[in-house]
Amino acid sequence: MTTVSSAEHTRRDFLYIATGVVGAVGAAAALVPLIAQMNPDASTIAAGAPIDVDLAPIADGQIIKVFWRSKPIFISHRTKKEIEEAQKVNVAALPDPEPDSARVKPGHDQWLVVIGICTHLGCIPLPHQGEYDGWFCPCHGSQYDTSGRIRRGPAPKNLALPPYKFVSDTKIQIG
Amino acid sequence: MSGHSTYQPQSKVLQWLEKRLPIGGLVHSSFVVYPVPRNLNYLWTFGGILAFMLGVQIVTGIVLAMHYTPHVDLAFRSVEGIMRDVNYGWLLRYLHANGASMFFLAVYVHMFRGIYYGSYKEPREVLWILGVIIYLLMMATGFMGYVLVWGQMSFWAATVITNLFSAIPGVGDTIVTWLWGGYAVGNPTLNRFYSLHYLLPFVIAGVVVLHIWALHVVGQNNPTGIEPKSEKDTVAFTPYATVKDGFFLAAFVILYAWFVFYIPNFLGHADNYIPANPAVTPTHIVPEWYYLPFYAILRAIPDKLIGVIALGASIVILAFLPWLDTSRVRSARYRPLFRQFFWLFVIVCVGLGWLGSKPPEGIYVILARVFTIYYFAFFLVILPLLGIFEKTKPLPNSISESVLGAKA
Repeated sequence: MTTVSSAEHTRRDFLYIATGVVGAVGAAAALVPLIAQMNPDASTIAAGAPIDVDLAPIADGQIIKVFWRSKPIFISHRTKKEIEEAQKVNVAALPDPEPDSARVKPGHDQWLVVIGICTHLGCIPLPHQGEYDGWFCPCHGSQYDTSGRIRRGPAPKNLALPPYKFVSDTKIQIG
Repeated sequence: MSGHSTYQPQSKVLQWLEKRLPIGGLVHSSFVVYPVPRNLNYLWTFGGILAFMLGVQIVTGIVLAMHYTPHVDLAFRSVEGIMRDVNYGWLLRYLHANGASMFFLAVYVHMFRGIYYGSYKEPREVLWILGVIIYLLMMATGFMGYVLVWGQMSFWAATVITNLFSAIPGVGDTIVTWLWGGYAVGNPTLNRFYSLHYLLPFVIAGVVVLHIWALHVVGQNNPTGIEPKSEKDTVAFTPYATVKDGFFLAAFVILYAWFVFYIPNFLGHADNYIPANPAVTPTHIVPEWYYLPFYAILRAIPDKLIGVIALGASIVILAFLPWLDTSRVRSARYRPLFRQFFWLFVIVCVGLGWLGSKPPEGIYVILARVFTIYYFAFFLVILPLLGIFEKTKPLPNSISESVLGAKA
């Protein structure tokens, strides 16, 4: 390659740099669809639309499991005893402090709706087990209370809350 | 490449790497300082274009494979899912389908260039044969890829092409059953075609490496057909060939983009948007355009076995070209008679392609037979005889003389 000794820029320099820039922009643009195609596609997003769940068949003390966006959701029809246990706790002493009132909808204390995935490494905890009357995760021994809060074990956070609202007293919409 | 590498990396990191894996030196000697005849025209850019298209097909193919389902009940639907639901899925699918057409367009230009300039002649016979192997692999890959869509054309093309093997006497039906994995084209067939369609492009890539290696050992041919005699006849690959390749690649990609964005289904067949129906054969089965000439040759011959043999022979005969052409002069530039037969051959190939798209009746059959005769006569009669009887034009003394005149 011939070299230009002087400091002045030649047309060749300009052409090289211009081509390089256009090429770099082109390469970046080409990468966009290749990477974007791995994001959830329209059918997956459509399948993740909000779902309605009828609460009427759920008996007092019963916990059901539904799926939304491929995640298990625990819907717990809490008994009076379970609600009291959840509210009576010293919030400041919890590993992940959160009052029960922040985890239920106002006026609907008996309904706990949480994502049933252990916040440790992702197993599904088992209901009505453990010392806190809530859930017990068999994978590594995390224990959750009747509000789905972590009380003991390696899990760092309380069971997550999905977005949901009451469309009537006996029906919720999750998502 | 003989001789010591002239590559002197500047940075310490590159020097460290060079001592352990001299890949910098390899790239430098093969694609930077590598001497290339100074008179190459744009027909010599198609090798680079082909390598680029192979890359495009592999990348778009791998990404499409993330969303495709190779099952008879789900395949067609998964392709439509790619078109409608996957982010940029429509773009990836059209890039891959039209990319195949562009790949074949480029390979035909590349091959015709080789025939015109005698690039298959000594010492480039192995280079040429590796090219024929790549072409065969491309045909197999393209065929199987088309089947994966599982439309009407996919299914019936699979049936027809696999049935070709039933022409083999004795073992034919056993072979066909073995290919199908069943009593007809079905799910086992689709699954194995998917596996092989993913595999073969990497086999092609390996043979391409051999092809480029073989090329670099003997050096490029050039429009005069005479070898470089001194340094004055060549220029360094970078920047001259690099930029020339890059420029024409850009033009080629513009043509490619024209198809992808404005007429993405032009080269395809509408019937392949109908899900495969094993009970109904479309009235007008045709393969994709790049197989049409061979389809015409197959149908031109009334006997089943001889038709199949002719189909195979029409491709395999290419491998014998270095020995069929007896002329000592390489380039058609100095072979006025060969040049005329060559262009007639091009017209015959395009004509056979057109005839392959027509129903096998009347004048089309007659023409297909005439053209098929010329196709084989070109290789088996014309080329051998031309070498003996043709009066060639005088060759220039050197490449630089042909470019710069006697003042070189």
